[in-house]
Order: sequence, then C-alpha cells, then structure tokens
Amino acid sequence: MKKNNVMVFVQQDDGTVADVSIELLCKARELADRLGVDVEGALLGKDLRGQAVKLLPYGVDRINWISHDKLAHYTPLPYTKFMVDLIKDRQPQIVLYGATTTGRDLGPRIASALKVGLTADCTDLQIGDHELAGTVYKDILYQIRPAFGGNIIATIVSPEKKPQMATVREGVMKLTPQRPGYQGEIVEIKADVGPELLQSEVLECVKEARTVNLKGAQIIVAGGIGAGTKENFDMIIQLAHALGAEVGASRAAVDAGLVDKAHQVGQTGTTVRPKLYIACGISGSIQHRAGMAESSRIIAINTDPHAPIFQIAHYGIVGDLKEVIPAFIKAYKNKA
Amino acid sequence: MGLNIVVLVKQVPDTKNVTGKAMKDDGTVNRAALPAIFNPEDLHALEAALSVKDQYPDTRVNVITMGPPSAAQVLKDSLYRGADFVALISDRKFAGADTLATSYALKCAIEKIGSVDLVFCGRQAIDGDTAQVGPQTAEKLGMNQITCVSGFQAVDAKKKQITARRSIEGGYEVIRSRMPVLLTFTDEGFAPRPPSARRVMAFKNAVAAATNGASYDECYMNASACKDDEIIVLWDIASIKADPEACGLAGSPTKVKKIDSVVLTAQDIRMIDNTEEAIGHLVHELIADHTIG
Repeated sequence: MKKNNVMVFVQQDDGTVADVSIELLCKARELADRLGVDVEGALLGKDLRGQAVKLLPYGVDRINWISHDKLAHYTPLPYTKFMVDLIKDRQPQIVLYGATTTGRDLGPRIASALKVGLTADCTDLQIGDHELAGTVYKDILYQIRPAFGGNIIATIVSPEKKPQMATVREGVMKLTPQRPGYQGEIVEIKADVGPELLQSEVLECVKEARTVNLKGAQIIVAGGIGAGTKENFDMIIQLAHALGAEVGASRAAVDAGLVDKAHQVGQTGTTVRPKLYIACGISGSIQHRAGMAESSRIIAINTDPHAPIFQIAHYGIVGDLKEVIPAFIKAYKNKA
Repeated sequence: MGLNIVVLVKQVPDTKNVTGKAMKDDGTVNRAALPAIFNPEDLHALEAALSVKDQYPDTRVNVITMGPPSAAQVLKDSLYRGADFVALISDRKFAGADTLATSYALKCAIEKIGSVDLVFCGRQAIDGDTAQVGPQTAEKLGMNQITCVSGFQAVDAKKKQITARRSIEGGYEVIRSRMPVLLTFTDEGFAPRPPSARRVMAFKNAVAAATNGASYDECYMNASACKDDEIIVLWDIASIKADPEACGLAGSPTKVKKIDSVVLTAQDIRMIDNTEEAIGHLVHELIADHTIG
C-alpha cells in the first residue's frame, strides 16, 4: 500500500453510494496515476460492505469503512471527527468531496479542524508545479473554478498544507469504465460514537423522487432570463414536450422565478452532456457554460448577436424566441 | 427569557448586475464599478434572528461583519432593521483572507461577545459562493451546525433547543439541536422585514461619521481611535485577540495561482436565418442525422 494517496469522501444516502462519489473515485484514479499513488475511499455508516465491494472496480485500492449504527444518517459532528481521525492516520495528499449539501456541510468543518485549504465547486482538477517565494512545489493540485460571478476563472493552489481538498459538483467529472477484478481492500474501522457527538437529532427526512432528469436526458431545451415572462417560458416547455426533451434553465431564469430550481443547468446546478442542447434566451455565462459546453450539439437562440452563447454553439439563430420556437415546432410537426 | 444571538453578515459586490465596466482591460475585476450590497442570504439570517427576538423580546441580536470601513453600511442597515449591537472587524492584517482565515477572525470576534446561544449567517456569499465560512466558524467554536435552514419548527429558550427545517437535494430534513449551535440560512424562508422608519431616524446621523469617505476594499479604519460609545463598534486584530499569523494572507492556505479572464474560443458556428424556411431546413437536418426524431 502506497502512502499519501488520493482520498475520496464516499457519500452514502440510505445505504446507497451517491453518483458524485463514484465520479470522484474515477477522477481520483486519474490523479493518482499521474502522482504514482493509490486511491482510497472513506465510507461512513452501517452495513456497507456490499456497497464497498461495488466501488473497487473503479480502480480503488482501499475503502476505509468506518462503521457504526449512529453513522447511518449524516450529522456533522461525528462525521467530522471520524474523517479528521482517518485523514490524520492515512495522510492523503488530496481529499475530494461531492459538492452536495452533505459534502458542503462536512468539507469546511474538516478543513477548519485540520487548518488546510478547501476549494468549493471546482470544474476541473489538474496536477502541476507551483513556485512560491523561491520554492518549487512539485505535483500539487490545481483547483480550477469560475469565480466572481463567473467573470473570471481562478486556479487555486494550497502548496504548503496537506491534504489539498476540493469539492466538485455531480456530473462534472466523467465516469470511466470499470476494471473487473481490480484488487482493492476493504478495511472496516469500528467507530466509538460518544454522546458529545450526538447533538443533532434528525426528526424527519423527506425526499421526493427526482421528477426532473436532466442528467439522463438526450435532448434538453433550456430557457434563460431572455424568456422574460412565464408565458414565454411555457413556449420553451412546449418545444421540450414536442421533442420529448427535458426542460433546462439558467440560474437567472430560476432566480427570476420563471422555473423551478430542479431545472437549473450550470456550475451550481446540474452538469449535462446531452446529444442536443437548445439554449433559448440564455446569454451563456461561464457558470452556465460549465454545465453544458460538452453537449454534442448546441443550438443557440438569442436576440443579441454578441451573446457569449454563440461562441460555443454549433448553430445560431439571432431572433426572438417567441418567433423562432413556434417555427421550430411547426417544422418538426410537419416533417417528423 | 432571552437568547444571545450573533449574526454574521457580509458586504458583497453585486455580482448579479455585472456590466461591461466591471472588468478592467487586463481581465481583472473592477470592484469599484460594482455596487456593494448586503449579501442576500445574510439578510435572511438577520431576519431569522429578529424573529427569535419577536418571540423572546429579551433576546440580544449582535451583528458583526469583517471588511473595509465601507462595510459599515451593512451594519447601519442591520441597525435600521432591529439589531441591538453591531461591530465592524477591520484591520489591514485581515486583507487577503481566504475562508479559513476569515472563519478564525470571526471566531475570535464571537468569543469577544461572550456566551452565545446561536450564531446565524447566510449559507453563502454571492461573490464567492463557497458556503464554507459558516461551517468553518462552527468548527472553530466547537459548535454543532445546521446548514441550509429554510425555517424553524421551534425555538425553545428555556430548554435551549432549536428545531429547524434544512433544505437538501429534492427535499428537506427536520433537525433538532441543543444550543449553542450555528445555523446557515438559504433565501427560501425568513423574508427580510424592511428598515423601520423610527430606527432610521434614530441611527441615521449617529452612524454617518463612522462611514465617511471610505471607498470599497481600499482603506482600513484606525480602530484604536474609536470610542466605546460609538454606535458602530470597531474592532481591530488586537481587540479580538487574534493571532496575526492565522489572519489574512498569512493564515490562508489557499493561494490564487492565476486568474484567467474568460476568453471564449469561437468555434465553427452555422448561423441560421430567422425564417420558417431556414429553421425548417435545420429541423430536417437534425431529423436526418437522428439528433432528434
């Protein structure tokens, strides 16, 4: 077993590992290969051996399973304590967290306890060198994220403190093919959860099934603030229905109340890679593009010919979506 | 019976209203061109604290912010809405702080306020969207936390317990915690009350002196020159007993390696005329290559 590995906090909800954690294990494998080290997962909860076994084929060398009944549902104090203990023991050089409500609750506490850096919502992670005050730090983690309302892209490093830590949204990192028969170990660590750690009682937990499935959609018709009104946004929904597509939206459209947040595409929403993405009245901020730029085909419809969305689109229509969308629907119905 | 609450607030550039002038020619951000506003979710945190005071009138609502002198504007606004005590933490030595160094300074300031039952803040600030300072501060204070709170089910000052509704992906949790505890708020609940006209009249002139002539991000006030009876209290690094090594740039493990302005690489784009005929051709093409259909 190598030392100073790349570690992923593996989130489980009701005993099932979150998709984002598997995506991060795949990215961790890539970073670890670059660094010549191993990949470790940190999994907290009860009865998780079956889940742990399923993770190994993603090129995971070791799952540290911290087991206790009281860790079945996430609460901040015990999770922080056991993650801090594990990091001190295993000394990873990098720790990655999904930027979920759980990861964003936990990661900062761990960073604060260990006095190390943490970069939120990275859209890319790379390995490279960094020079600081005459010292060259080899092979450190470049944590890349849009900042300042998306007007800039910042590369953040924390060369002097280990581990280097980052959170990443679901869908940003790609799944890589499994390697059947990959040899990894599962190490169960029995936790002792004292009463001082049990300050939060979860009285209720209500989750509705996802009604919006952006990640799995082949076609997405997305609307932005350019739609202006709910009535215009309804036209975007009509086009989606006609094409059998899912409805997406920019953050501005969500903030303006045109559509529910579940539809948001972008850095703080869902990252998507559909076959076809039709952007209607979306100017194309960097945060939005971070969530959809890898779509196979992009059609942009916008009244402003200088809107940044046109620079990543494959097809551009300069015009009012109130005219373009009905023409599109009409053409589709006539020819399909 | 009242509670002692600290609300952490931040003045932020209004990143949602970025105009062409917001970026300098060299690709860096021209903060001076952006209006400075009260971070939206922090206003909800303040409202949550004031709602506790409505329930338990003996509650003391302390509002603190860290920033340059001009950040006193958000403290003024807090006074107008009902805060009992406001303090500005300002010192050149705090400049360049990342979230870790910021949480350390806030922890020192909260400890100076004394025995605190509740710490409230917005989930995240719109200039960074990191959502890290709340949990990092809670950890430094050794406090439990409930993040992404959208409402209360019960605040019990006698039992020192709070039950809050927390937003999670696709749903919510109801969490009960003992005090002291730190809560971060989304903008889903606690719609901020407007400033009270009576309080505006009472505080308008009193705070004007503290905020004169300061520009955003540039200068820091000399806190030692400040008198105890000022309505906006100024604390520097010494008055909150913070270790300079853990503050500002020195206390920040994360460094900005580089900043790229966003340059789009234009690719081959086919412009389609906004006519029924041209759109019809495009649709036909997309059907033909099975992109839609």
